[in-house]
Amino acid sequence: MSMINYASREINCKLVYYGPGLGGKTTNLEHIYGKVSPNTRGKMISLATETERTLFFDFLPVDLGTIRGFKTRFHLYTVPGQVYYNASRKLILKGVDGIVFVADSQIERMEANVESMQNLYDNMSEYGYDLTKIPFAIQYNKRDLPNAAPVRDLQASLNPGWPIEDGAQQKVTPDPTRPGENLVERVDNQWVGRAPYLEAVAIRGDGVFDTLKTVSKMVLKTLS
Amino acid sequence: MAGAASWSFSESDFKQIQQHLQAFLRDANARCALLVDRTGQLVATVGEPPQFDPTAFASLTAADFSANDQLAKMIGEHEFASLVHQGEKESMFLADVAKRVILVVLFDQRTTLGLVKLKGKGAVEKLNKVFEEMFNRVGAGPTTPQKGLLEGAEDEIDKLFG
Repeated sequence: MSMINYASREINCKLVYYGPGLGGKTTNLEHIYGKVSPNTRGKMISLATETERTLFFDFLPVDLGTIRGFKTRFHLYTVPGQVYYNASRKLILKGVDGIVFVADSQIERMEANVESMQNLYDNMSEYGYDLTKIPFAIQYNKRDLPNAAPVRDLQASLNPGWPIEDGAQQKVTPDPTRPGENLVERVDNQWVGRAPYLEAVAIRGDGVFDTLKTVSKMVLKTLS
Repeated sequence: MAGAASWSFSESDFKQIQQHLQAFLRDANARCALLVDRTGQLVATVGEPPQFDPTAFASLTAADFSANDQLAKMIGEHEFASLVHQGEKESMFLADVAKRVILVVLFDQRTTLGLVKLKGKGAVEKLNKVFEEMFNRVGAGPTTPQKGLLEGAEDEIDKLFG
């Protein structure tokens, strides 16, 4: 739920990094924290266990700069990925403006990815939010590992697409970051939409800012 | 609903909110009052400027309030409309406003919890009215931002991330 304060001329938006445990959500935020100038970001808050597993959330505010005279600030949150923290995970989704699903590319984690994606859909629908209609991007993390599944397989499991019923949206929409690929296209007489996806090695920072940029753009577009 | 709705408030709303909070601080002899949106965004700060990072504080406040909301439901309560965190010197009082915003009051030994709670009740009622009017102004829900507010924003994001 973006908040626009006309008095202080500020726009605040909330982005949530979702995904299975140990997938790299916190690593994404840590990289952003380390790379963004201290002038444009706030303090990073981590509510974690002693073994550095996220217990409630990580939080990092980042200023994108002034846009049309409004200071634009994104609040980045991660959720605890472990299955049994669902109650707190759901709380963090409240009022979300955009979501990044950080998938673990390792073949062994495929089931955990699918389970977490299903959990995301379920938690969103409990709030009455429709994941296919809000800014949403998928990051395939850990692409450097030898046991990383092919992107095609990850796409088939985690981003198979959803039917587009609205006639106004039934037009081929190219993926701006992937020449030759489409976000909306016709497959076997059915219009299908997919979330944009990015490959990443978050521990090295590869793909981290591209992911943030993709989803921030989508969020700001919904306000324009 | 496709996603979460935005809300916005005008300068006159902001002034009204500040006036209510200033009057409350004076009556309760409290140090500082913050209004935090349920999603963790800071809406307003009145009184002594806080010595901590207010953005981080706001996100933790919202999480604290939401977690307690769930705890209330688990023990069969509809909600905990207010919370108190009492320290040796510094204390906090939190109260729900219009189901969308949290009033956070910071106070010390110059006042008492009883007075803060008592005056807080009146302040919450006034703020409830302001926020409900604000939300009702353009129909049932929160206000939608001005059309075209962020035209040209994409270029600026591109610039930021190089």
